[in-house]
Amino acid sequence: MGGNLTIVQLEQKARSVREDILKMLQHAGSGHTAGPLDMADILTALYFDIMKYDPVNPEWDKRDLFFLSNGHTVPVQYAVMAEAGFFDKKELLTLRKFGSRLQGHPERTKLPGLENTSGPLGSGLSQAAGVAYTLQYIDKQPQRWVYAVTGDGELNEGNIWEAAMFAGKYKLSQLVVFIDRNNIQIDGSTEDVMPLEDLHGKWESFGWHVQEIDGHNIESIIDAASMARAVTNQPSVIIAHTIPGKGVDFMEYDYRWHGYAKDSDDYKKGLHKLRTLGGKIKGEHE
Amino acid sequence: MKYPLVDNVYADDVASEPTRAGFGRGLKVAGDKNDQVVALCADLTESTQMSKFKEAFPERFVEIGVAEQNLVTVASGMARMGKIPFTTSYAAFSPGRNWEQIRTTIALNDQPVKIVGSHAGVSVGPDGATHQMLEDIALMRVLPNMVVVAPGDSVEAEKATLAIAENGKPSYIRLAREKTPIFSTPDSPFEIGKAYVLREGHDVTLMGTGTMSYQMLVAANELEKHGIHAEVVHVPTIKPLDEKTILASAKKTGRVVTAEEAQIAGGFGGAIAELLTDNLPMPLKRIGMQDRFGESGEPNELLDHFGLTGAKIALAVKEFVENTPQYHRD
Repeated sequence: MGGNLTIVQLEQKARSVREDILKMLQHAGSGHTAGPLDMADILTALYFDIMKYDPVNPEWDKRDLFFLSNGHTVPVQYAVMAEAGFFDKKELLTLRKFGSRLQGHPERTKLPGLENTSGPLGSGLSQAAGVAYTLQYIDKQPQRWVYAVTGDGELNEGNIWEAAMFAGKYKLSQLVVFIDRNNIQIDGSTEDVMPLEDLHGKWESFGWHVQEIDGHNIESIIDAASMARAVTNQPSVIIAHTIPGKGVDFMEYDYRWHGYAKDSDDYKKGLHKLRTLGGKIKGEHE
Repeated sequence: MKYPLVDNVYADDVASEPTRAGFGRGLKVAGDKNDQVVALCADLTESTQMSKFKEAFPERFVEIGVAEQNLVTVASGMARMGKIPFTTSYAAFSPGRNWEQIRTTIALNDQPVKIVGSHAGVSVGPDGATHQMLEDIALMRVLPNMVVVAPGDSVEAEKATLAIAENGKPSYIRLAREKTPIFSTPDSPFEIGKAYVLREGHDVTLMGTGTMSYQMLVAANELEKHGIHAEVVHVPTIKPLDEKTILASAKKTGRVVTAEEAQIAGGFGGAIAELLTDNLPMPLKRIGMQDRFGESGEPNELLDHFGLTGAKIALAVKEFVENTPQYHRD
């Protein structure tokens, strides 16, 4: 766990995480691109500043818990977990390969440090809510937090709103949810496929404390999490506005990058962009 | 050891009680024994008999509302925290509605959540086909990691609930709404994964699961009058099957009839068909719902209509025995 890194250092971590994501996807030959890239800043902030955990003892009984609800974006979680020391970075290149602990969608029983198994959308939030309920009402451990990330397309799922109602009713104040608001889903723009707005109002009406932030500003992410933890008597949602494919300019804003590129050269180009700060400096390894 | 049956098991005045009542008692005892046991309900607390637990341990009871997807996924999260969550609803809704959540967040995720499906079978009665769950056995037994139990009566349901609280595995318990006869005694054995020979015979084996095992006893008693000596095997655990006991009885009699208050396709009869086909292919007749839905009516009226009473089963078995040779006799 972190907490001692400067914002600049955290930004460097996020860049390294993005590089790892592209390498993993290129090597895997399949997978999702846009979501993992645009969630890199949120997960970097969570794993290197916000959450407390022990990569050597993933079952540490005082840890905060992280639930990835949109399991298809798991490359970003694997990348931050490797960066955090849960396992060796070399293992990242086994993503989606036979025998790997890094399954195409996350499986708890395969990899220590994962709290849940997800992929089918909409269920990670309610699992996190189950943890938050337990912490607050049964085990009564007020110093532990449960964080979840959901996609925005995922909010089409009814299960999400069942969980939203549940967390609102029980005022699960140890639950902090980030929504990766990148405005894309497989069939196009979220507002074309199944409009989500007024998203802020929807969550508020379910009894949640709502913040909206720039999901690429690490300082904002950390501040919003602090604010969320300070809220008592309500669960917290942080609508993190993100740019799909963030960090690789030709992938940004393009919903077609939700999935995998047909041309793996695109990943090489993407890596080059990341390593060269968008062409401003010369790449080291190319 | 001979399985102890109640003394008046074949009498008209045999005591009866819904299996869900036994579950309610068992859950309360499980809660007494282990403070990690928690209970979640989807707006059917009284009806599923979770109310006893709720009264005893209000701090460990969670009202979920009419939200079955949330029911099992919140439970999965609680299991991640070391809890042993029991979830209840009607079987038509859980696992009927939330099967994928059960598959991903409980079975694949290997969390010891207990899914309790009440009001299974046509004997739900007047509510009609929407509420008469018939596909749950098939749905649940195909899931890796899942244990599937259909207790035979309320006494056994209590024991099964306690056993399932302690088995550390994702598990499904199938319960009935209506009162059904109690054939087992407090001393009768129950162990997950065990089948029990209730009555010995050598002409045919009648295998029942859930409350149909009682009907199989009645059928065997009736068949005796016609000179047919039927063995009755009670199979409360549909997964994992007690292959040894089942195959031993099948080998002894050379003919098998199954009965369940569920679809025979993929259900208990399906499970037995798979086991016999793989190990000891022999004539098999499956009694149950024949690829159709139920309908409104009184429970006994429906059981009779669909051929699920002891009397109707006896007729079907008699015809089967008369027309089918025994196989694999030594």
